[in-house]
Amino acid sequence: MDDAYSRNLHRASLSYENRKHEKGRGDANEHVRREGKDAAGAICCDCQPCACSGDSGFDISLPERAISTRSVWFQETFAEYTTRTAFERRLLNGVTYAQRVIHADRELFENQQGWTIKSMERKPSPIQDEYAAVIYSQETVSHIESLDMMSGEEYRRNILRARATGKVVLTRPFRLLKSNHLGVVLTFPVYLSDLPVDAIAEERVKATSGYIGGAFDVESLVENLLHQLAGSQEIVMNVYDVTNSCEPLVLYGVHSPDDHMSSLHISMLDFGDPFKKHQMNCRYRNKPPVSLSSITTPTGIFVILMLVGYIGYAAWSHYVNAKEDFQKMEELKRKAEAADVAKSQVSFFGYCIQITMRRYQLIFFLFQQFLAMVSHEIRTPMNGVLGMLNMLLDTELNLTQKDCAQTAQICGRALIAIINEVLDCAKIEEGKLEIEFVPFDLRSVLDDVISLFSVKSREKGIELAVYVSDRVPTILVGDPRRFKQIVTNLIGNSIKFTKRGHIFVQVHLVEDAHILDTKVENGLNGYANEANITSVNAVFNTLSGLEVADSRNTKCLELQLCDGESLLGTLENGSAPECMTNQVNLMVSIEDTGVGIPPCAHDRVFTPFMQADSSTSRNYGGTGIGLSISKCLVELMGGKISFSSKPHVGSTFTFTVVFQRHGKGAGADRERSLLEVLPTCFRGMRVTLVDRQPVRSTITKYHLQRLSMITEDARTINEALYLLSGQYDHSISSHRGKLPSILLIEKDSWDPKVDIHIQNDLLKWKKAISVHDSPKVVLLSTTESDKTRAWPHVDTVIVKPLRASTIATCFQQMLGIGRAQNKDTLNSSSFLHGLLDGKNILIVDDNKVNLRVAAAALKKYGAKVECVESGKSALSLLQPPHKFHACFMDIQMPEMNGFQVTREIRRMESSVASEEAHIEEGPMKVKWRIPILAMTADVIQATYEQCVKCDMDGYVSKPFEEAQLCNAVAKFLVSQPILGS
Amino acid sequence: MTPTEELNSLMNWMFSEGLLDQQFQQLQMLQDASNPDFVSEVITLFCKDSEIILAELTKLLRDQPVVDFQKVDAYVHQLKGSSSSVGANNVKLACIHFRQFYEENNKEGCFSSLNAMEREYFRLKDKLGTMLQLEQRIQAYESSKHN
Repeated sequence: MDDAYSRNLHRASLSYENRKHEKGRGDANEHVRREGKDAAGAICCDCQPCACSGDSGFDISLPERAISTRSVWFQETFAEYTTRTAFERRLLNGVTYAQRVIHADRELFENQQGWTIKSMERKPSPIQDEYAAVIYSQETVSHIESLDMMSGEEYRRNILRARATGKVVLTRPFRLLKSNHLGVVLTFPVYLSDLPVDAIAEERVKATSGYIGGAFDVESLVENLLHQLAGSQEIVMNVYDVTNSCEPLVLYGVHSPDDHMSSLHISMLDFGDPFKKHQMNCRYRNKPPVSLSSITTPTGIFVILMLVGYIGYAAWSHYVNAKEDFQKMEELKRKAEAADVAKSQVSFFGYCIQITMRRYQLIFFLFQQFLAMVSHEIRTPMNGVLGMLNMLLDTELNLTQKDCAQTAQICGRALIAIINEVLDCAKIEEGKLEIEFVPFDLRSVLDDVISLFSVKSREKGIELAVYVSDRVPTILVGDPRRFKQIVTNLIGNSIKFTKRGHIFVQVHLVEDAHILDTKVENGLNGYANEANITSVNAVFNTLSGLEVADSRNTKCLELQLCDGESLLGTLENGSAPECMTNQVNLMVSIEDTGVGIPPCAHDRVFTPFMQADSSTSRNYGGTGIGLSISKCLVELMGGKISFSSKPHVGSTFTFTVVFQRHGKGAGADRERSLLEVLPTCFRGMRVTLVDRQPVRSTITKYHLQRLSMITEDARTINEALYLLSGQYDHSISSHRGKLPSILLIEKDSWDPKVDIHIQNDLLKWKKAISVHDSPKVVLLSTTESDKTRAWPHVDTVIVKPLRASTIATCFQQMLGIGRAQNKDTLNSSSFLHGLLDGKNILIVDDNKVNLRVAAAALKKYGAKVECVESGKSALSLLQPPHKFHACFMDIQMPEMNGFQVTREIRRMESSVASEEAHIEEGPMKVKWRIPILAMTADVIQATYEQCVKCDMDGYVSKPFEEAQLCNAVAKFLVSQPILGS
Repeated sequence: MTPTEELNSLMNWMFSEGLLDQQFQQLQMLQDASNPDFVSEVITLFCKDSEIILAELTKLLRDQPVVDFQKVDAYVHQLKGSSSSVGANNVKLACIHFRQFYEENNKEGCFSSLNAMEREYFRLKDKLGTMLQLEQRIQAYESSKHN
């Protein structure tokens, strides 16, 4: 058994030896040979190009150019680089670079480095012919920095040998510095210039620039790789350095004098250094075992020997990596240096700018992505907030509470809108934005916009007002969201740059403006004169009395009011064809008295992310995206945007937009539902308005008129009192019991001296009539603080901006009337429930899922729902007289689409209706015309147009949204008598 | 983890992953005592529907030498409708994405979008199945507690 075991062992190791040394015998041999032995040679050949590193910008050899700061910088780079790539050289415990310094250069070198070359004993080095000073080191071996490697005997020998051969050389094992572990040092020369492969030793020495050194910690190395073997109970393995054959040095394993002799097997190891011989000895620790292990152990030994062979290979492959790393590092350095050099600074700067630009683009892109992602997250809680506010608004609130809740609600909506707007911006850029065509009430849209800015305008004390010409139809068809967005952007822009004065939004028909233009031309002289006078007086006929950039706007308003009849006459003649075309061309102007835009910035106004100058965003904030979005939107809506601006006077932005007149078939009922629900309880009430500024009073009158109130205006309080007294003298006899009249006074007309007058008059009236009936005094102010101040004789203060509903709420509160009427607010599920409860509704959709969901949603509101899956079955159910109150119809269906079905139904209805018209009239007409609502997933212009075309009554989005469903249903169910009840 | 917790975390995950959107919450709100199995009914309907559509689309795109893009449009539209009705957000997005390819009669694009759509659908179906099972377990547990 003994023999068999040893034979096996021997054979195994022999086969390994064969593979190592006998070249060219088959593929396997070839393979192992390359792996095991010639790896070193291969690397050494590869080393040659590396030696030319001096040319490629690695200038450490030229002391003149190596300034000390750079050296420190290189050290950092080197340390970081080597640390980061340390995983590639697990067997090396550190890499250093030592520079070859001739004694003559020593002083210069030391000055540059800021330290003196030290010997291994860490004393200043004695004078030598040349030194190998470590200038760069990996952190793990940083203790050898500034040491002269030539001062160590082993190192010196290694260095000399390395640079003479141009190959990697290993020392014999010795105790390493600091760690005191047994180690082998590897040295590799770096040459200044490219050397021929057959260069002689002298040439090599001459070209030497420095040396790369690394230390193998043999103990830990073998420990790692031969862990299995080391832990073995059976076999003891030693690795010796046998370069000096009389005195073998133990590299690994416990050495005992007789070990060497009594080894069962000795194999030579080749680590690639031709001058060093290594040998591995294996022997049994104890008596050879007499068991099955005699078969398994040789296999194990074979594996072990393979492993040992692999040590050499691994060491070298790691060396290869180290070398490659070094090359990479050099490349890195070269690049960094290039960036450092002054002459390349310009291109570097350009590169930085490019990077920054790209980063901004990326940030903007990411920002949009981010917003798209979070928009849902923001919307969900915001919907909760808005819902709660809605409910709050349904409860009884006082003026302040209602105002707060309304503002909160509007701001919440604005927040959601802003998110959408930024997303729009992305959409516009991609050209994906579509314009909707839905009916809307322009005036209430503008009121909403104004409310958005109420907080800001009150803070600044700016007069913010809207005026829509009477000639603009109440209901228009277009995209209210986009329109609102444009106006919001423009007002937002104006309010940012306006500190005093006013912001005035006006909407006129384009035709009116054109006529004004011709009038202005006709009366050019007159206007010019006026301008001359007013510029001196500093009181202008504008909203706030301040000068504006484009006085045409005010003129337009003025003309229409003063010159109303003649203008109207001209217009009606001139604009007759316009009415035929069904188009409404509007001109919207937003006028402010802000800082204005400097002429030099005029051409950049609509460029995205551009502000007048860099200080703008610092002073006023904002991204500069708003105006460019507005421009895009205006153009999408078939209009044009322009502006005129005078620095320190203000800017006026004007845009045109094309809307459609609301369809002719539209009944008054439908229009009413679109209107903002304004209370009707003030109809016919008298208001006396005191205002010095005619433009401003016009706006107040415009709002009062929307509440159907009758306004009388006075320039001063005295004038108003006179008017009032006339009214009251009259009313004492005839108007008793009617609503009291209201005295509306602009704050700047309010004079403390007048108090007495009013007091006297009021007292007089109060004696004559009951307190309840005496006139109420309301003050109009632009600042919030006026509200909290105590004003004698003033019943209430309205803080601007004015909107019809605010005035209404205020008056209702003051007079204690109209609460009941105010209850009819829309947008609540209870409202929907009330509308739909008990109604018979037919849903037509070919998609079962949709059908099921839509039915459930409508059932929730108490409706009785019937479902059919095709247009044909719908037709059979929808024979007049109808038993359904309404029909929800999917548009895209196979066979017959929603439009076709509707057309067919309408045809049947009209044929029946013509027969029965004389019998059934008025309230029962629903029997003969069923409201049909289109259900569609994407509401686009074409869909809406087609809906109208085939006489559908509206559309709802799929899946249902409560508010939209509510609006759609309210259009026909509110004013509709319930069938059979 | 109790079934309820498990269900909650599953639902949160599905919402955060975009498998479902708020429309699904709307569906859940529609389920009440008078309509106790509404959600599972709709889901079953949706799954049946979707699988038919997916099979048809595969047939149209794979087996036919000339693709009838109009039919593809009709099917994708239908799936888009039903997925938005149940709040199957990712499936819906896949449908929207699909659209651009059949609009430009791009068969390859259609094929890859169909695959994406199928992937999204089966991912959703798997999770919805788990969700329904959990709901059943919770219901069973609660009813046993009551009795």
